[in-house]
This record gives sequence, C-alpha cells and structure tokens, in this order.
Amino acid sequence: MSERHKIRDHGLERRIFLTRLKLGGFFIILLMGIIVLRLMYLQVSQHDYYSTKSDSYRISVQPVPPTRGRIYDRNGLLLADNRPNYTLTVVRENARDFDKSLKLLSELVVLSEEDVDELKGVMRQNRVPFSAIPVRYGLTEEEVATISVNLFRLPGMRVTAQLERFYPQGEAVAHVVGYVGRIAEGDLVGLDEVNYRGTERIGKAGVEKFYEDVLHGKVGYETVEKNARGQILQVLERIDPIPGQDIVLNIDWQLQQAANKALGDYRGAVVAIDTKTGGVLAMVSKPSFDPNLFVNGISRKDYAALQDPVATPLYNRAIARYSPGSTLKPFIGLAALELGIRTREHSIADPGFYRLSGDSHVYHDWTWWTNKSGHGTVDLAKAIYQSCDTYFFDLATDMDIDQMHDFLRHVGFGRNTAADIPQATAGLLPSRQWKKQELGKPWYSGETLNSSIGQGYTMASPLQLATATSVLANKGKWHTPSLLKRIGRENEDIIFASTMPDLILKNHDDWDFIGEAMVGVVHRQGGYRDSGTAYPYIAMNNPPPYIMAGKSGTAQVVGMPADFDKQNTELPEKYRDHALFISYAPANAPEIALAVFVEHGVGGSGVAGPIARQILDAWLLRESPQLVANER
Amino acid sequence: MNDNLYSDVLGNGLVRRDSLLRRIHIDMPLLLMLVLILGFGLLVLYSATNGSFNEVKRQATYIGLGIIIMIIVAQVEVRLLTMLAPIAYIGGVGLLVAVMLFGDSTNGAQRWLDLPGLPRFQPSELMKTIVPLCLASFLGSRALPPSFMNVVKSIFILSVPASLILMQPDLGTAILIGVSGLFVILLSGLRRRYIVSVFLIGLAALPLLWLFVLKEYQKKRVLTLLNPQSDPLGAGWNIIQSQTAIGSGGVYGKGWLNGVQSRLDFLPEGQTDFIFAVLSEEFGLFGVLMILALYLCLIGRGLYIAAMAPNMTQRLLAGSLTLTFFVYLFVNMGMVSGILPVVGVPLPLISLGGTSIMTLLISFGILMSIHTRTNIYAQS
Repeated sequence: MSERHKIRDHGLERRIFLTRLKLGGFFIILLMGIIVLRLMYLQVSQHDYYSTKSDSYRISVQPVPPTRGRIYDRNGLLLADNRPNYTLTVVRENARDFDKSLKLLSELVVLSEEDVDELKGVMRQNRVPFSAIPVRYGLTEEEVATISVNLFRLPGMRVTAQLERFYPQGEAVAHVVGYVGRIAEGDLVGLDEVNYRGTERIGKAGVEKFYEDVLHGKVGYETVEKNARGQILQVLERIDPIPGQDIVLNIDWQLQQAANKALGDYRGAVVAIDTKTGGVLAMVSKPSFDPNLFVNGISRKDYAALQDPVATPLYNRAIARYSPGSTLKPFIGLAALELGIRTREHSIADPGFYRLSGDSHVYHDWTWWTNKSGHGTVDLAKAIYQSCDTYFFDLATDMDIDQMHDFLRHVGFGRNTAADIPQATAGLLPSRQWKKQELGKPWYSGETLNSSIGQGYTMASPLQLATATSVLANKGKWHTPSLLKRIGRENEDIIFASTMPDLILKNHDDWDFIGEAMVGVVHRQGGYRDSGTAYPYIAMNNPPPYIMAGKSGTAQVVGMPADFDKQNTELPEKYRDHALFISYAPANAPEIALAVFVEHGVGGSGVAGPIARQILDAWLLRESPQLVANER
Repeated sequence: MNDNLYSDVLGNGLVRRDSLLRRIHIDMPLLLMLVLILGFGLLVLYSATNGSFNEVKRQATYIGLGIIIMIIVAQVEVRLLTMLAPIAYIGGVGLLVAVMLFGDSTNGAQRWLDLPGLPRFQPSELMKTIVPLCLASFLGSRALPPSFMNVVKSIFILSVPASLILMQPDLGTAILIGVSGLFVILLSGLRRRYIVSVFLIGLAALPLLWLFVLKEYQKKRVLTLLNPQSDPLGAGWNIIQSQTAIGSGGVYGKGWLNGVQSRLDFLPEGQTDFIFAVLSEEFGLFGVLMILALYLCLIGRGLYIAAMAPNMTQRLLAGSLTLTFFVYLFVNMGMVSGILPVVGVPLPLISLGGTSIMTLLISFGILMSIHTRTNIYAQS
C-alpha cells in the first residue's frame, strides 16, 4: 500500500512509456509488412494459379438430358408418359433452425418420424459443403403447394422438379411397353456413353428397351456458372438436347383391355395380329405387374412379390413356348395336301386309337378318356373340325419329320419372325438334325405321331401361333409382326420389310379348304360326332354376326394312362391341360388373327374358345376407333 | 481576453482560441479516417451481401448509432471513466457470470444475455473496453515500473474476465481482452526480466495449452492452417476459399460487385469474419494497400494521442486501446490470408455486426475525449 505514496518520477515514467510505445509501433510496422508480403505473394506471384482455380470453381459444363419420347397406342392413348417428380432438398449450411424446419414439415404431414430419423442420419455423414440433400422424393402436387406456401419458414430448402417416366395404364400393357430403370452396369454396352451423360434411366424391358435409341434422344450441353451450393446462377451457353421421338404402337388399347378382361382371372396370354399389316393389336400376359414400380428402383419387398413361382408376373407368357397341341393340326393338314401325302377326300375309320405297325404302343385319340368309340369315318376336314388325333397319327406315318419341320418353318414356327420383340422365343421345331445335335439320338417314327398333334418336342409361343394363323388367313402372304406402328405421332406408318417369303401353294384352293374346316370348328352344327369342337361353346347359343375360323388345342401337361377316369377325377391345377385357341375373322375377309393361351385352362374349345370370341367381338363389333379417339 | 474558458495563453502571449470541433470534443483526423474506413466498409459489405440493401442499411444504422455514442463518450472526462472503472469491472464480471448461468446459446457457445428491457447483447464485448480501462486506472495511479505485486494483481484483474469468456467458449474475444490487458502492463514499463521470463514460460506452456486447454476443433483449425488440403471440404474449406478469393483478385482486383468467389457463396462468412477476402478479390492489392494505409493512419493517430496524453492512466488507456485495435486487424487479416489459424475475429469497422462496431467506436470516443482535453502545447 505504501507504494501508492511513493514519489513518482513522472518524467522517467513517460520516457519508459514512450519507448514501449515506439516498440509497439515498430512491431505494428513489422507485422503489417508480413501481411503485405503475404498479400503480394497471393495476389501477385500466385495470381494466375488462384485465378484459374476460381474460374474452375464456377464454370462447369454439364449435360442436359433429353426428354424421353412418349409411347402411344394406335389411337393416341398414352401408354408411357413423362411426369414431373417433385423433390424437397435442403442445403444444410443455409438451414438455420434446421430442427425447427423439420418439426414444421412433420406438422405439415410431409415427413414421417422415420423420415426425420433417416434424414438426421444422413446429415451426420460427411458431405460436400453447400450440397443439396434430398429431404423427400415424390411430393404430390398438394404437398408442393403446402411447402411452397411455407417456404419462407424453411430456410435453405427448395423444391425441384424432374421429369420421370410414368405408365398411366399400369399393368394392363406392362409386358408390351416394358419399363425404364436406373442405368446399371452393362446397360450402356453398345450405346454411346457420352449421349447418356445426365440420363438417369434407360429402357430395361419391352418397347422401352427395344426402341431405346429412338426414345432417348440426344444429350445437350450447358455451360453454367454455379455457386458453391451447386446452384446454377447463370447459363453462359446452351446446346439444346434433341428430345427423344414419340412412338406409336400397333397396340389398340381397347382391344388390349378386352383381352385382359376376357382372360379374367386365368393365367395365360393373348396375341392379336392385324392380318393386313402384321401389326400386333394386343399382347397380353397374365398375371402382370405395375411397371411404375421399377422407375425409381423397385423395393426388395415389391420385387419378392413379383418372384412368385406359380404366378411369375414378370414372365411374358405371350412370347414363351408351350406345346401348341391341336392348334397345329390345320398347318399339318395343309402340309399333307401340299406334299401330296393326303387328298382332301381320303378318309379313315377311327376306332379312337391308333397303333403303329410293329409297335406295342397305343396312341389314343383325345376322346378316348370320355368315349371309347372314336370319331367314325374321318376325312381331313372332319379331322380338323372334330380334331381327330387318329387321322393325324395315320397321316404322320406317311410324313417325314423333316418334311413337317420344313413346312412349318414357312409359317413361322421354329423361329422368331417378329420385327421388334427380340426376346420372343423361337419355339422348338424338331427335326432329325435337331435331335441328333441336342439329344444325340436318332429320330423314332412314333415321335412324328406326337409331333403331328402338337405334342412331344414341338413348342410354340402364342405370338408364333397368332402369326401362323395370320399367314393362314392371308393365304400365305407374310407381314412381319411388329409392335411399332410409326415413329413420331404425325409421321407415316412404318412398313417392315418381310423377313419371310410368301408361302405359295401348288394348289391355292388348299388355303380355302383348310379355312373352311376351321370355320367348321366354330360354326359346324352336325350333331353328335359331326359338330365343330368349339360350336357348343361359341356359336350354338349366340352365333357371332361374322364368320369366325378357329382351332382349339388342349396341350397335355402330363401324360395320362388309357384307363384314367378323366370325367370323375379332379386333377390338381398344375397337372391340368393347357387350353389354346387360334382364330381369325371374318373368315371371308380376314382382319384379325389371334391366339389364346390359358395356363392349365383344360378346355381348348370350352375355355380358350369363348375368350377368343370375346376378343374378336371387341375388335370387329367396336365403334369406330376414330370416334372414340375424337371423344377423348 | 483571458476570460474565455476555451482558450489558452500561448507562450508568446497570444491567445489561442479552441476550434469548435475541439470544444465539442471531436478529433478531426480520427473522425475523418473512421468515416473513410466505415464508408468503404459499407461498399464492400454491399457486395459481400450480394447487393442486400437491407443489410447495408442495418449496418449503416449501427454505424450512425455508434458515431453518436462515440461523440457522447467523447464528452465524458476520462477521469470520470477511470473512477468508475472498478464498479464497471465488477458489474461486467457479474454479467459474465450471469451469461454462464442464464445465457442464450448460439452455435454451441453461450455468449448472449437477454435482460428484460435491454436489447440482446454480449457482455464480453463490454469487457473489451472495461478491462483496459480498469487496468490503466489501476496501474496509472501507482508508481511505475510496476512492482511485482502490482503485476500479479494486474494479471488477476485481467484473467478473471478472460477465463470466464474462454469458458463460454469464445477464444477470439478472450485473446483480444487478454492482449488488451497485457498491453497496459507492457506499456506501463514492465521490467524486461519479467517480459523475458513470461515469454519463456509461455513458450514452455504451449504444449500444455495444446494438450489441456485447446478444444478439438481449435486444434483442427491450427492443423488445417498448416495444410488446408488435408480437409478440403471441412475445416480447410474456409482457408482454401478465402485464399482463392484473395489470390484471384490480383493487383487491380475484379472490380466492385464482380467478386466471383464471394458473390457465388463459395466463401463462407463472407460478410463477417471473411469480408477481407471479398475486399481483396474485388479491389485487388491496390485496394488492400489503400485500406491498410487508412488503418495505419488511424493507428498512428491513436499512438500519437497516447504519447501526448497528460497522465499515465490516460497514456496507458489510449496506448492499449490503439494496440488492441491493431491486434484485431492483424489477427483478422492473418486468418483470412492464411497465416494465422481461424479465430472468430471480425475485420474492425468493416465486418457486418453492430456490437463490434459499437465497441470499437466507444474506444475511439475515449481517445477523442483524451485528446481534446490535452493541452498539446503544454507537453513536449
């Protein structure tokens, strides 16, 4: 305390102070010098380096993906559309009171509790500063409106829109149109990768895949000035993308729907072809799937549901191979006439079974299990409308399997003739060479018998059956089956060059003869043992106002012993026969040919026949499609 | 002729009439330079806020308010302020304790106090003026160079608020307050042996500081200073961005409102702590040297005022305030140009923020008060 009263030397104190102050001034000059040197280093000697760096931050060239072409049915109905998909994003660095924003979003019922938890997890991860993080995908229009109104209370948040594929018709046409999905490794093989910069999705199945190059378009570029958040401030230069072209399919939406409806709850397939052009008017495979599930990546759960081993919804039955059964008979009959193996008049007496000489095996007619008396006297026409197996067994003893093979190839069996369905099966058309190659065994003549009624090795898809029926309806004239009608909504229809030569018979009348027999299948009313097989189911009670030619088929899934009591035994579904029906109409001036396949449907005439009739009605008795289109 | 209260008799018998400015206690050189820097600051701020007229208006309002407060402070005799210093000190420490107990936390630090009837404020800002004032009055009234006991007492006076602020935690402000107090002690003529030994002890304490005092994020800042590329998206981001802004500005700059780095939001805190990068980018080395010259003139004037002050307390006070102002400047520029770690210190008089400008203008008010009451002709 005494110091306070010590006598102070003010002069000395001031001199010391001034010395210290000068020292302070010296340090100020020194440190300022360091700052100036540092700035000179940055701004003069390193200027070029930082200048370049600064430019590279803000100027970037980015691809502008083209808008994908839409897909329409033949009347202009949208089958694949592009819809804006709204996403809410946040730049965390700009989001003051982020928790408050999340709370507000929860209150607006835009975010669930799980969403919030997940988001907080994402926020904890390392990320680029000022990057936009998606908060929620797939906002509805109402949600976008709600958020927009409240955006001022949600700092750092933004709603962005992106075009996304949408299939308005859902599963009804899924197997035809296919779907797009995120580009995966290998998807771009054979494609111009540069063209896909900026594109997120690519056609994965169906038309979307086959016409990928048409639908995709050409990528554009933008030179943009961006800020650190990646937000574009200014577009410096832009080369517009060329949008993908719209495509119009031959599919007729109404017919497609009619086929869907006619199949009902059955698993199966329908293919309908415009006989004048080869255009595929309808292609249905049931059960089907919702293609929209794939657009943003399908969830594990949804995908598992599509893996059902019995329903196999992803499996396109219309282009898969099955035993054609008796639907093959008109073509075999035609072959026999053409090859001179049989005349139209040649007849046999049918006891209900056939035995090959020197063979103990008995080949039974399909009637054996209900009635052991056979069809009586049978000529070729009756063998078709009554579907007599015995007649064809007898015929087959005179026809070599290679002859059968060669003829059936002319009508499109054993190969995929479709222009734009590459994944369609070629089916299986057996020959000696095939058996030697594939099975390493010689051909046995008994196998020709089975082949003649569409059983045994022979396999064909509903698409092939419809195609062959169309050729039959056209009396040998080929039109390549195709899904595509035209590219661009206003352009000319595309005509695919035929890959198959027209089938010219020695005797052109044979076409009419077989056609007449097929008309008999539906329309012949001859009483017991002389009616068409499908007559009771199609024409008896409610005859169609047009003439319909058809042929049923019932393909065995398992062989049945001769003493099996078919009428009184309920077979488990998986052992029941597949039901098939091929048809074209009007028989005198054909417009449409089709094939119906009903998995384990049992009755070709009884089940598949009426389905075919319904579809033909839908097409031939429809209102003018132009009228329908105009109404829309 | 001698009846005029505001006049002085010069040695040669002439009567010198005080200027009007002197009579209302305004120091023209200080005011002029302050206005130039503040005005230039508003221009830079307009660009840094991406042309936000509102922000600039708000800042201008603070500046206007600050200048009024500065002039009011200048009217108060420094003697009165130094007398009030102990009370202010106790009050200030009380508020710091209150912040610890009831304060508002922003960004994980408890700095703000919301007292009923008062605008929200940071008591630590008040201490920037109170601590040098208190120490200057304590040491100025004692025989100098200070005795060992007085040095210990001074350090105690200094360290109580400094450690309270460090605990908030607010390293930047704590350092500035510590520095302002140390300047008072150094200027008071602290013996060299103390200085040398404290320097050595400090050097020895650095590892301890590293191990026990610095928090993880503070250590990270120091480490990223040495190698910003080690964490380019995290702690290194600010440094890389600000250096790019400065460097790309070059000698002549990109021109006002043309600063790409800052205007495109690459530069975080471009309006506050990193505004110097915006300035350097847009005005180049030329502009930077100009503003540095203004700052140096301001500091030079402050040192001159300190040298001319009539008594020790006022000398210490003026000297400490001026040197502290320089430390602000140096720490900020050093941080932005990448030679000092990132510490939250704004660029004095230019960065966005009302509190900082108020505090600074109060100290310039004190300088004016000292100088306009100094008979410069009686000195020398």
